[in-house]
Amino acid sequence: MLVPSITKRGVLGAVMAGAALLALPAFGQGDTKTLRVVPHSNLAILDPIWTTAYMSRNHGYMIYDTLFGTDEKSQIKPQMVEEWSVSPDNRLWTFKLRKGLEFHDGKPVTSEDVVASLARWGKRDSMGTALMTFVERMDTPSADTFRIFLREQCGFVLEALGKPSSNVPFIMPKRIAETDAFKQIEEHIGSGPYMFVKDEFKPGDKAVYVKNPKYVPRKEAPSGTAGGKNVYVDRVEWNLALRDAQAQLNALQKGEVDIIEALGFDQYESAKGIASIQLPKYSNVNLQYMARFNHLHKPFDNAKVRQAALAAFAQEPFLRAQVGVKELYTPCPSMFTCGTPFASATGSEIQSKSNMKKAQELLKASGYDGTPVVMMKPTDLASIQKLPDVAAQLLRQAGFKVDLQAMDWQTLVGRRAKKDPIDKGGWNMFLTAWQGHDIWSPISNAALDTRGEASGWFGWGKDDKIVELKGEFMREVDPAKKKKLAEAIQARAFEVATHAPLGEYTQPMAATKNVSGFFITNGNIYWNLKKN
Amino acid sequence: MYAFLARRLLSTIPVLLIVAVLVFLMLRLSPGDPAAILAGDAASTQQIDQIRENLGLNRSIPVQFGIWFGHLMSGDLGQSFYYKTDVTTLIGQRLEATLSLATLTIVIAVLVAVPLGVLAAWRFGSLFDRVLMGFSVLGFSIPVFVLAYILIWIVSVKLGWLPVQGYKPLADGFWPYLKHLILPSITLSVIYIALIARVTRATVLDTLGEDYIRTARAKGLPEYKVLVRHALSNAAVPILTIIGIGIALLIGGVVVTESVYAIPGLGRLTVDAVLARDFPTIQGLILLFSFAYVLVNLLVDLSYVIFDPRIRY
Repeated sequence: MLVPSITKRGVLGAVMAGAALLALPAFGQGDTKTLRVVPHSNLAILDPIWTTAYMSRNHGYMIYDTLFGTDEKSQIKPQMVEEWSVSPDNRLWTFKLRKGLEFHDGKPVTSEDVVASLARWGKRDSMGTALMTFVERMDTPSADTFRIFLREQCGFVLEALGKPSSNVPFIMPKRIAETDAFKQIEEHIGSGPYMFVKDEFKPGDKAVYVKNPKYVPRKEAPSGTAGGKNVYVDRVEWNLALRDAQAQLNALQKGEVDIIEALGFDQYESAKGIASIQLPKYSNVNLQYMARFNHLHKPFDNAKVRQAALAAFAQEPFLRAQVGVKELYTPCPSMFTCGTPFASATGSEIQSKSNMKKAQELLKASGYDGTPVVMMKPTDLASIQKLPDVAAQLLRQAGFKVDLQAMDWQTLVGRRAKKDPIDKGGWNMFLTAWQGHDIWSPISNAALDTRGEASGWFGWGKDDKIVELKGEFMREVDPAKKKKLAEAIQARAFEVATHAPLGEYTQPMAATKNVSGFFITNGNIYWNLKKN
Repeated sequence: MYAFLARRLLSTIPVLLIVAVLVFLMLRLSPGDPAAILAGDAASTQQIDQIRENLGLNRSIPVQFGIWFGHLMSGDLGQSFYYKTDVTTLIGQRLEATLSLATLTIVIAVLVAVPLGVLAAWRFGSLFDRVLMGFSVLGFSIPVFVLAYILIWIVSVKLGWLPVQGYKPLADGFWPYLKHLILPSITLSVIYIALIARVTRATVLDTLGEDYIRTARAKGLPEYKVLVRHALSNAAVPILTIIGIGIALLIGGVVVTESVYAIPGLGRLTVDAVLARDFPTIQGLILLFSFAYVLVNLLVDLSYVIFDPRIRY
């Protein structure tokens, strides 16, 4: 008979032979000189000045160096700079570069490279453009010295030059930095601890970096983006194809990758239970959720209506729904990331002591006419997709009518840039998340740009008092006075309800236990790591 | 035959033209702004406007189409908005992975499904037939990603026989290449095994009722010869058709499998391009998929001649 003769012997034999063949090699035994990382997203744009995308920023940290860094206590520390001085009137800043700085093409880093890099960055970055409004000129008295001449004193020169998040003022060779700020650079040469291997870069597949053997790290211990950038592996490979959260954890468990930059919240408890996996602490600055109102259109063109929404938005429900893991989230009353220098609870009572009855009363008193709130909900972004459901429910309880519109994130990104009225494709509210260092200062916090339609960020809030206070903040050099001004800005922002902070969370990272050397980086940085 | 071939090849031109126009228009009229996506989350509206200007998206749709079509006519699919790389290069980088996955999937599916379908028809109504049909329903029903997770957990995580994820090009050696493809191909082939086995069973069953089968048996021909030489070869046309459709669908339809197994193929590229509103890449990919669909159908039509001598073109 045909069937029995095939199945019993043939199939059994084939299975045995196959199993024996497959069992021969051991999988997941990577070499100890290659660090295999699963980044939080795909790397597409290789110009960290052209875009604010975090992946491009992280790529920048691999291959470029910075003048200053921000340590784990959010203090600005020198990196490429050896020493600096400021004139008594705070208008002339002189910086001297440290010795041994060299680009990957073998050419020395000079002050001309620095000035060209700062000029390009100053055309794109929010803090950079703010700094450039103070800058009269920059010059290079010698190859290792550059000077910044200011029109008037400015209180955030070092904060801007050492800012840790997008856009970071990375230093590039002059010929590259002279590229139009609105065009992407074509060459990727820096003076950082790793060199980019362009030939091995396959978008959506992998990006490869090799150790820069000529890099001279600082002597200090690594801390944040400051300190010694010591490299103990020969090669770092970013696996850009592995984006399924469960597949990432499986691969980590089998040792096929060494680090998952952003472990899914759903995978967190599983990962904790796997003996070969560690969950290193790499950050003491949280991420913050935010609800953003569109100030141009009804009903949120009315500050009293926005206050009612703010009062309805208790943070705990958002955090519980979106993060779920108690140890990973914390309510935060501050618009500036909790734990950073300008954080405070000033003015936050309207939200932190909120209750639904108060929200209902505020809404009633606001003259709200029942205009539905068009809220955009991204369905494909797991990291924030539950927030709009919570927001819609809370607003409905407060008495709002809500039109919750589902769409993919990229549609949302395109639509939120439109100022059009609601009936022409406009919007009233969206929710997002920020990395802590992007919103820790009144200057970099995009939601506090209150120049109305001229303001840079979506929502276009208008408040002259905040603009005025921010102007004072930018000019102030005394840290204590700056702190007071930041509090005043926040108090006013709560008063006019520019936006609603919705609490903070930690993004867990996972790694195999044979990787060591993790430190508080407040980002995704791959120096100082060893693999045994 | 040659006239037929020439006619069919020529007919691909209007098909691709229509596809080109439709995909271009649909992308331009659908929501989403590539400039806003490229600029990043913290970008200002002014920066987004500047990028839109640089990408040429502020021009009128007919002008944009004219430029793109002009490049297309010279064989240039354009440059990806997102990756700043030629679309042909991007496709070239991904083609091997997807073709490999599709080929191995179809080979497994055909090698497993056709004999099973023939046997089920031969033993129509038996326990084997009913079990097979039950499994084929399961094969249709179980989502690919669920099956993928189950296989990964058993074969890779627990037994450690095969890698969890990734792809190695053939240039890295045949065994590394194959071992990275086995699980994804098995995962993907299950639905095709179910489909092909059912079609094979049904068509062979029809054929087994024909007079010439009865004649062959009456002549004393061995049963396997009756099944293979007479029943299966006469049932080949519908089976080939379904295999052909399977191949065409596979080339553009491997998204989930490529995602779960982290295979950098065309499916994953398509998803990334759609999410990023990378118009040139989406247009290039859809044109490629359309061409592949037409080509595979043509090859299937031509293969009919081999299995059914009555068919002449």
